[in-house]
Amino acid sequence: MALFWVPLLTCSGSLAALFTQRLGRSACVAISALFPAMALAIILMHTKQVFDLEQIRFTASWIPALGLDLSFRLDGLSFLFAILILAIGLLVMLYARYYLSAHEAAGRFYAYLLLFMTAMVGIVLSNNVLQMWFFWELTSLTSFLLISFWNHRSDARKGARMALAITGAGGLALLAGLLLMGQVVGSYDLDVILNSRELIQSSESYLIMLILVLIGAFTKSAQFPFFFWLPHAMAAPTPVSAYLHSATMVKAGIFLMARMFPVLAGTEAWFLLVSVTGLLTLLIGAYVALFKHDLKGLLAYSTVSHLGLITLLLGLGTDLAAVAAVFHIINHATFKASLFMAAGIIDHESGSRDMRKLNGLFKYMPITATLAMVASAAMAGVPLLNGFLSKEMFFTETLQQSTLGSISWMIPVFATIGAAFSVAYSLRFIHDVFFNGTPGDLPKTPHEPPRYMRVPVEVLVALCLIVGIFPEATVGKLLASASIAVLGGDLPYYHLHIWHGFNLPLVMSILAMAGGAAIYFNRHVLFRIQANFAEKNESVIFDNAVKKLRDASRWLMDGIDTGATQRSVFWLLFLALAFTLPPLMGLNSTAGLRPQLPLDPVMIAGATLLCVCSVATVIWHNNRLLSLLLLSVVGLIVSISFALFSAPDLALTQLSVEVVTIILLLLALYFLPQYVRNHSSPGLIVRDLSVSVLIGGVVGTLTYAMMTRPLDSIAEFYTANAKLLGGGTNIVNVILVDFRGFDTFGEITVLAIAAIGIYKLIARMRLFQPSANIEGIPWAKDKHPFMFEIISQALLPLALMVSCYIFLRGHNLPGGGFIAGLITSVAIIQQYIAHGNDWLVPRIKLNYLTLLSSGLLIAFITGVGGFIWQQPFLKSWHDYVDIPFIGEIELASAMGFDLGVYLTVIGSSMMILANLGGLTTADRLRPQNREAK
Amino acid sequence: MLSYAAIFVSTLIGFSLLLNLWRFIKGPHMLDRIIALDTMYINAIALIILLGIFLETTLYYEGALLIAMLGFVSTSAVCKFILRGDIIE
Repeated sequence: MALFWVPLLTCSGSLAALFTQRLGRSACVAISALFPAMALAIILMHTKQVFDLEQIRFTASWIPALGLDLSFRLDGLSFLFAILILAIGLLVMLYARYYLSAHEAAGRFYAYLLLFMTAMVGIVLSNNVLQMWFFWELTSLTSFLLISFWNHRSDARKGARMALAITGAGGLALLAGLLLMGQVVGSYDLDVILNSRELIQSSESYLIMLILVLIGAFTKSAQFPFFFWLPHAMAAPTPVSAYLHSATMVKAGIFLMARMFPVLAGTEAWFLLVSVTGLLTLLIGAYVALFKHDLKGLLAYSTVSHLGLITLLLGLGTDLAAVAAVFHIINHATFKASLFMAAGIIDHESGSRDMRKLNGLFKYMPITATLAMVASAAMAGVPLLNGFLSKEMFFTETLQQSTLGSISWMIPVFATIGAAFSVAYSLRFIHDVFFNGTPGDLPKTPHEPPRYMRVPVEVLVALCLIVGIFPEATVGKLLASASIAVLGGDLPYYHLHIWHGFNLPLVMSILAMAGGAAIYFNRHVLFRIQANFAEKNESVIFDNAVKKLRDASRWLMDGIDTGATQRSVFWLLFLALAFTLPPLMGLNSTAGLRPQLPLDPVMIAGATLLCVCSVATVIWHNNRLLSLLLLSVVGLIVSISFALFSAPDLALTQLSVEVVTIILLLLALYFLPQYVRNHSSPGLIVRDLSVSVLIGGVVGTLTYAMMTRPLDSIAEFYTANAKLLGGGTNIVNVILVDFRGFDTFGEITVLAIAAIGIYKLIARMRLFQPSANIEGIPWAKDKHPFMFEIISQALLPLALMVSCYIFLRGHNLPGGGFIAGLITSVAIIQQYIAHGNDWLVPRIKLNYLTLLSSGLLIAFITGVGGFIWQQPFLKSWHDYVDIPFIGEIELASAMGFDLGVYLTVIGSSMMILANLGGLTTADRLRPQNREAK
Repeated sequence: MLSYAAIFVSTLIGFSLLLNLWRFIKGPHMLDRIIALDTMYINAIALIILLGIFLETTLYYEGALLIAMLGFVSTSAVCKFILRGDIIE
């Protein structure tokens, strides 16, 4: 259970950040940081168990039928990552307090950040791959929000879009890969998957699975060829870059590879795909980083390069390489986060990130400079710092593999070259920024940052040093437990020492150092060579690709759908015919065995009305008002037939819906042409006529055949159980509020969404208002006839009483919340018609939005109420209570649900009708005014 | 006895519904059609009440009540539309 609290706490922290925003930045960060701090404490409480190699689990059944559980686990690897995510997250929160200026929405920033943190801990703690994937997607979404935090800047929006597109596409590939894996293994449970190495690797789809999962990991971790989104994501505020693009999000891909290491690694395909990608990324990133004049650009490419290094290590597939990879994850997170923060400080206090202007800053900010220098030395792999240790391990591992056969020697050579470039750009970061002359024309005079802005950097740099000098004492156990989790078995023999004796890896290190210095001080030569290549702007390339894709899909859509209703309906009906005709031909006789019901004159009259009016609607469809009236006749007859065939509930519903519909259409009709011209060519008319005659015949035949045959339906079950299980005798209502209550809940939600959508759509609309009717006769002068006002006013109390009555008896007799809601709406709308908007608005103080949302809330709370008694969602409860003088009455929780339906129906229908009606009045601008207030 | 009366009256009302339909289709003015529709609503009330009498149940009463109460609303809305175009102003 404790594990479940970790994502829950960070998630609540994001809400806390929003609510404490008004208290100011310091209070906001202090309160919202409590939540991840508690989460971190929960994780740290398990330290002993994790170091004793226990695996802590928490599982709650969620959708067992789909193999979905809410399931969390804590082993060495997730322990390590959780600590990185939460601890660095806390440091970044402190840092961002000083980084963001007072006028920026700090609450929103922290809310996004904590939501992102939730997603990250979700990934690392998940014990179900689908759940992990869910959190994975959540990181893409939240990182989109974070990168575009300065949403007034176009580069931030572009960078965010690109990151979302690339990582989102990778997420889809990952989902496909995980689904395949789940199918092969037969479970989405991580425990099961991790124990199915043979099964997965021997399955036919192993290669596809591997590629799909790797695409997911590579896109997230900015590996070649997907790395270009990372530099563009640098448009984010620096705390975001420090958090997402050094310690967490980009490490999610690495985490995935490490998580899947026990099952996917160890094959030829894994080695080739992962190590070659890693090596390419390592080299390209290190090379490009040297040429970036932007501080954050340099760090971004350096991150790309270091991620490549970790990927390469994982790709080598040996046990020791995996240990080195885990070690480098820790080291890279510490030094890169501190470097990003230092870059942010420099940017913040000097106003520029351009290394061509930033020179000689050591004089102005000596402490920050020293910290940054130590961190970049760690990045370069200088002895006594943590970066050196993992780099030595990396060199050792590159020397000990032989998978490329006779050209295996190339890997250590390339690794040394990459390391040399890494030394070169680290040197540039130090020498160019802090020394090398005096500052260019900077917007501000550089100075030291506020005291506490530097604290996170100091903490991280101190860690770099301590880990670098006393590796075994500080991270030994953490590394061991995480490595065991990655390897899924025993730990290979290794020891963390600074001095391993004079050996080949040390020679490589020395070569890299010397080479790096040589490259840096002769960088002008390289700059000149690089200038020969036209600089590529990935953003433009990406935009063009997106545009091409969009054009192609539009072309495809236009080919299929011309936007003509006639055409769409024709194809729909044509297909329906194609599928229904053959089975109907197989039927021997149309009529079944059931006897015909006796025919009486009323039915003949009703059927005549129905047929004549339906046909007349088609014939007179050009005259819209006339066809509307004809449709009302059809609706009336249908309602009577419902009553006649023992469906009083349906009759009541149909009647009230008819009234609301006609009002709605009349409201819309005012703004529309009264007559429609006939556009169809004779050929089209023939086509449409024949298809509709055919489909009419088929539907008629089908109905007749169905109704003349005996049918066993589910109705018997409801008749038998409505009273017993739902506590009501009106089966229709019991089905609505109890048996299928979840459906009803969904439907009222959709209704509410539709109402809000319509409201939003017409909120500021101004439409042409005709001044005369279709025959050119001007409108009548009397807006609100007196008689009409009086009669309508009298209708209101009557209708309210009836709706109350219909509502209350609904559980046992025809009626219920839906019908009652419609009756109330009609009664209110009648007042609008009779008295006009201006008269009514001050008199009816109903906010329809509030009504609608409280209705939904009531329905939801009634549904959730069942949880208190350990019952499923929307399980209804009922009992009989004896009230003096009134007698025994039945109380059912379904009543509360029905009340929710009632309020939602009133709110939604009134929101649509009153706002559509208000379009012609002075009230149409109301939403704007309300916002202004 | 009552059921015979119910059958007889409902036959008459069915016939009057057909006459309503005739007026509706023939017109000539929109006003004729609106009145025809309104009369159809009235006849529908009668039909539903008669059904209740015939089946000896009160279950359908609310249906008739609803038409009596709300049929007026749609008729008046259409009239307002003819008169002013804009039904809520």
